[in-house]
Amino acid sequence: MNVKALTLLCWLPMSALAQGFAGLGTQADGFSVPQPNPTFSFPADHGAHNDYRIEWWYLTANLESADGTPYGLQWTLFRSALAPEAGDGWTAPQLWMGHAAVTTSTDHYVSERLARGGIGQAGVKADPFDAWIDDWSLSGDWNTLRMTASGSEFAYDMDLTAQGPLIFHGAEGYSVKSAAGQASYYYSQPLFEIAGTLRLPEGDVAVTGNAWLDREWSSQPLADNQTGWDWFSLSFDDGDKLMGFRLQQTDGAHFTSATWIDADGTTTPFSDGALTAIPLATNDADVPIRWNVTLPSKGVDVTVSAINNDAWMATSVPYWEGPVTVTGTHTGVGYLEMTGYE
Amino acid sequence: MTKAALQALLSHWWRNPVQLFTLLAGLALATALWSGVQAVNAEARASYDAAAATLGEGQYDRLVRRDGQPMAQETYITLRRAGWLVSPVLQGRLDGVRIVGVEPLTAPAGIGPITPAQGADIGSFLTGQGQLFANAETAAQLPDLDVIIAAETALGAAITDIGVAQRLLGKVGQIDSLIVLPSQPLGRPDLAQIAPDLLVQPAQGGSDIARLTDSFHLNLTAFGLLSFAVGIFIVNGAIGLAFEQRRPVVRTMRALGLPLRRLIVLMAAELMIFALIAGIIGVALGYVIAALLLPDVAATLRGLYGADVSGTLQLRPSWWLSGLAIALGGTAIAASGALYQMTKMPLLAAAQPRALAMAAGQRAKTQGAIAAALLVVSAILMFTADGLIGGFALLATLLIGAALALPIILSGILAAMNRSARSVTAQWFWADTRQQLPGLSLALMALLLAMAANVGVSTMVSSFRVTFTDFLDQRLASEVYVRTSDAAQSAALLDYAASRADAILPIQSADTQVAGQPTEVFGARDHATYRDFWVFLQNAEGAWDTTFAGETVLINEQLSRRAGLVVGDTVTLQDSSFAVAGVYGDYGNPIGQVVMSEAIFTTLYPDISPQNFGVRMPPADVADFVADLEAQTGIPATQTVDQASIKAISLAIFERTFTVTTALNVLTLAVAGFAILMSLLTLASMRVPQLAPAWAMGMTRNQLGRLELLRAVMLALLTALVALPLGLALAWALLAVVNVAAFGWRLPMYLFPADYARLAVFALLAAGLAALWPARRLARTPPADLLKVFSNER
Repeated sequence: MNVKALTLLCWLPMSALAQGFAGLGTQADGFSVPQPNPTFSFPADHGAHNDYRIEWWYLTANLESADGTPYGLQWTLFRSALAPEAGDGWTAPQLWMGHAAVTTSTDHYVSERLARGGIGQAGVKADPFDAWIDDWSLSGDWNTLRMTASGSEFAYDMDLTAQGPLIFHGAEGYSVKSAAGQASYYYSQPLFEIAGTLRLPEGDVAVTGNAWLDREWSSQPLADNQTGWDWFSLSFDDGDKLMGFRLQQTDGAHFTSATWIDADGTTTPFSDGALTAIPLATNDADVPIRWNVTLPSKGVDVTVSAINNDAWMATSVPYWEGPVTVTGTHTGVGYLEMTGYE
Repeated sequence: MTKAALQALLSHWWRNPVQLFTLLAGLALATALWSGVQAVNAEARASYDAAAATLGEGQYDRLVRRDGQPMAQETYITLRRAGWLVSPVLQGRLDGVRIVGVEPLTAPAGIGPITPAQGADIGSFLTGQGQLFANAETAAQLPDLDVIIAAETALGAAITDIGVAQRLLGKVGQIDSLIVLPSQPLGRPDLAQIAPDLLVQPAQGGSDIARLTDSFHLNLTAFGLLSFAVGIFIVNGAIGLAFEQRRPVVRTMRALGLPLRRLIVLMAAELMIFALIAGIIGVALGYVIAALLLPDVAATLRGLYGADVSGTLQLRPSWWLSGLAIALGGTAIAASGALYQMTKMPLLAAAQPRALAMAAGQRAKTQGAIAAALLVVSAILMFTADGLIGGFALLATLLIGAALALPIILSGILAAMNRSARSVTAQWFWADTRQQLPGLSLALMALLLAMAANVGVSTMVSSFRVTFTDFLDQRLASEVYVRTSDAAQSAALLDYAASRADAILPIQSADTQVAGQPTEVFGARDHATYRDFWVFLQNAEGAWDTTFAGETVLINEQLSRRAGLVVGDTVTLQDSSFAVAGVYGDYGNPIGQVVMSEAIFTTLYPDISPQNFGVRMPPADVADFVADLEAQTGIPATQTVDQASIKAISLAIFERTFTVTTALNVLTLAVAGFAILMSLLTLASMRVPQLAPAWAMGMTRNQLGRLELLRAVMLALLTALVALPLGLALAWALLAVVNVAAFGWRLPMYLFPADYARLAVFALLAAGLAALWPARRLARTPPADLLKVFSNER
């Protein structure tokens, strides 16, 4: 680990994430805390909630080129606050971190950007929607969005069209994360049609596919004894979708949660214990890359396999994030994110 | 038996404490000189590294505005949003401290030596009142600010967030330069499309402090190399002495049945222990030398080049380890030869000095061939070398070649003297001296190197002083220099000075690039000050006339050499082209310079208004002028500098340089003198059989002693005569090859005969002092010892 990364880890509260991701369990002094029975207001809630400590705009996409080659794509903007206010200029207490990645079956290209809020280098506006950091942006009227990102080895330029309604996880968007009651606000746009061009070392590739956008904010989403999570967003071939996550606890136990999304957008939330996720195989770095995921009440018993086992995000807050294929009782594609495996 | 043998070996030292002292002192002195010079060098280098790390100076490309002015913060945002990965930097002075504002989230790794362990937390650094990081010395200058002590921060600099720097320096919304990160994203647009008023300043630009200060380091490096060579010679001498003196002990012990292998192991172990002890003493002494020299070195570097070197010494493992390695390694090399000889020696062999000399004669042929080859290479390099590597190769071949050739030259001279000698005594004297040459040659080589380096380095430093002070006289022609902080002060100054000064010369400059070289452009007002005082190295007819008419420009030697521009060539500034009408010497300046007329400057750089002024007046009026200036315009005296004090400061700096140089001169000569002492002591024990016949034939012991002293002084004199041309060649190589390669200007070489004479006297004094004791001992040799020579075979 270089000094810069070390510096960032200790500095950035969003990299409190990085202190084994358990830092997310730190106290919410002065910040607002998610409350049950939320009322969302759009488009305002697509924007930033500066009075909460952390927030993200998290887009993943399963793509295919004309010849059927699968690709994965990630565009993420994290906001982390030092104090619960927007602020202005260099002293604004809002820090931003962008992660972008393109995954093929053999390569995984990653880029990271960091920026201060208050000077215009990064931010999110709700209406018209515009989320940006440096030259990366995700902007439009939400139903149609344009998304760009670049790194030293890749770049992409994508157009997205929303399909179906927003869906809300947990209790109407109040997503409980631990037995002690830690929670976040969490909603998704689980389906965008996406098309555009990937610029890769081997040349430009035209791709199409489906994207999934998560929105989540909180001030203390994890309990003290939670060290990381395994998160699945699975899109089955029949149009149904499943979002599930498993939070790792220091005592070796897990806390799980899931949302079943019918093809028409109807959701069914499942609380702790309904979903199971068991690692079947790990890569060289001991990160699980094949899982058995079950949700018995929906008849789900599937094997989730990484397209590229080495989709490690070597960013200042390192984690694993990559596209997966689904086989078993249901077939399809999806994305897998695993934190706390350093 | 081992214990008994060890006791026998050690008992030699108890009986001869003086020999033990010379062995330890010789090793310790050599180690001290080496590690002392290394310590000074290492310390200075570490200080530059800290400075370079603080700013990433020279490591990264930077973006700056073409006209040298600060850029707006919006430019930074525009570039980032276009995909340019750049990080903003703002610098300025506050209470004498250089405040450096950086942006930690976008800065490349390693910019700003700030780690969380030092108390940084992102909240306090980025928001609120902010935090500064500085070393303790610098922090003391900023009592009112929240400064966190960070020892690695460059001296005189305080690092803080760019937002805090903008506030402290009163430059809100401004950025000086943008660091360009090495890794940039795909599809980034051209700079010209997004920010056409910016230009890229390539890495390794003019701000590279290390490059500037190499000039002074050259002195130190030369001394470092030399002290290494002298150190090896002296260790060799000390070991040789120890073995020579103990031959009888060895013979006795072996005769008593001690196995050769065990004897060798014991002697090697004993020597290594001595080397370790002497090495530790030497490193400690070296630390003292360095601690005494460093404040002067630091002051010199700061004054000459503006490079801040901490005046305090840190114990760095690299140098004390290297000091110990010199002591142990040198001892090992020297001892292995002596031990090898011992294994080959017949059990009861006596020392055979003449045979030794004969064997040396054989070696001399090989040595002569090597010396000749090295000198031929150095002669070729003298004409072909350019660049630092070539320059140093030239120095190395010249010094080593000359050192190896010295015994042959001396032998030749002595042989010639022998032939021309009339009296028997004289013939015996010359022949005997020749016979001693092999034993003394190492010490004489050390003396030669010491003297040559002293001549070379003194010449370089003195030439620099003469050139630089002349240059100051030319360039600092105005009696008073005033710096204003804004346009209002400038106006007030002009108003006030109009009636009291002979002339007011605005000095305005902009940073730019010419032919890829970082360059300052100056706008000068037509005045006799320039025409009368500036000296051209090369110029066209009427260079000043055409320049002040706005048709041509003048460039400094650095720009001329680096960009390959000569009179008649064209330079392009702000899309306008000008012919070069003259090239002037600009010593001490690291970067290129262009001088143009004030009118053209104002047209090309309309945003820059002059904030520095040279004021011409009778020198006697200066004090009143400065005092009244503050009273009438509010421009404080701290913003004025009078010519006399600038010159005084410059000269004071040179005095310090000379303190350092003189101290090192004396030290190296002392070490060389010590080498002579060692060699003479080594030879003394072999000499008795050779002197006994001379004594028996009627020479008194006092006469023999006087001749012994005379011989040492005479050999030192001959060595000095060889050292002088060698030193001058060295000086030439330093000035004409190494200096040009390192800094882009060539210093004229001046000769300082008085200095050389003084050096020679020092050398003779050192040799004489070294020979005094052996000569006295000789003069007091009991007649019985001399008689014994004839009664046994020894």
